[in-house]
Amino acid sequence: MARYDSLLDTLGDTPLVGLPRLSPSSDVRLWAKLEDRNPTGSVKDRPALAMIEAAEKEGTLTQGCTILEPTSGNTGISLAMAASLKGYGLVCVMPENTSEERRQILQAYGARIVSSPAEGGSNQAVTVAKQLAEQNPDWVMLYQYGNSANAEAHYRGTGPEILSDLPNVTHFVAGLGTTGTLVGVGRYLHEQKPGTQIVASEPRYGELVYGLRNLDEGFVPELYDADVLNRRFSVGSYDALRRTRQLLEYEGIFAGISTGAVLHAALTVGERAVAAGEPAEIVFLVADAGWKYLSTGAYGGTLDEAAQQLDGQLWA
Amino acid sequence: MAVNVSIPTILRTHTGGQKSVEADGSTVAEVINDLDSRHTGLKDRLVKDGALHRFVNVYVNDEDVRFVGGLEASVSDGDSLTILPAVAGGMR
Repeated sequence: MARYDSLLDTLGDTPLVGLPRLSPSSDVRLWAKLEDRNPTGSVKDRPALAMIEAAEKEGTLTQGCTILEPTSGNTGISLAMAASLKGYGLVCVMPENTSEERRQILQAYGARIVSSPAEGGSNQAVTVAKQLAEQNPDWVMLYQYGNSANAEAHYRGTGPEILSDLPNVTHFVAGLGTTGTLVGVGRYLHEQKPGTQIVASEPRYGELVYGLRNLDEGFVPELYDADVLNRRFSVGSYDALRRTRQLLEYEGIFAGISTGAVLHAALTVGERAVAAGEPAEIVFLVADAGWKYLSTGAYGGTLDEAAQQLDGQLWA
Repeated sequence: MAVNVSIPTILRTHTGGQKSVEADGSTVAEVINDLDSRHTGLKDRLVKDGALHRFVNVYVNDEDVRFVGGLEASVSDGDSLTILPAVAGGMR
């Protein structure tokens, strides 16, 4: 179907496309779930709309309300679009070391931005948002890291779409941030197709991001459920960039940098399947396209230069 | 069996400021014990009640050890072991 009543109705039902050139072998195949084909161009449209709808249903979010969210990017953009269509205000708390494109898009949608210090990364944004929520009791914090509607959106949407398009799926690989995608899709696939491997790819940043972190004040999202995961990889910016460029060069897919990290983990499990002589149908999630990262230098120059420029930035 | 261990900034007080150090062992637990014998106090920061501290992640060659045996995960000569604090995902 290609006709919709409004932009919000175009959510989900994204394409699953094969990677004939990057797949490790004819019976170990990679499939890309193109989540950039959502209303604002990222997978975050799913949880953002689900969280808004859940809050509307509960009655906590009513006409004229202001939504508050710690977000350094895609969730903020999704919320900003939905908020402007539905008549809500939006305040985003984001670390100051996030790309300029995201700030501009958020502002274009009419969102207000509160900056949190770069040193603290997203942990600091969460802390600042929680403080703001206390000071402004009439604001509604949806809180993607702990809102069950986030994982639920993937349990009800992304998971069933994957299984319906690829009934013999063996692995699902996605980025680990709020953990909503992996927990939601993982629960669905474990229930419907026991034995499916759920693989997390976690971005490994430069030292600045971890620098001031006190080990006793670490952060694990409330949604996180380690029992859903089978493996978890940490992928540095060099490998993420290398794979992002390969995806573009070999398969024509212009993805964001976090997708490169996800592809890296997908290829790692794929190569292991080849070594073990086991067939595999590996689905990996393309969270967004590359447009918002052009200013980071990710797509030009040498890999070493690009990786150096990314150091200290939050790229996933 | 020599393993290269990368130490996060917050723990470098134990290693005299060194970013990476060598250690021996065939499991993560053995490597941590060996680290502690050379850099006193490190084990207490990493292990609590016989398991990895909730906010500490340890990776062998980029794979989270919690999913491959935890402290008993095997380590081979030439592997790299990375210790990192748990952080929230980036651009969510």
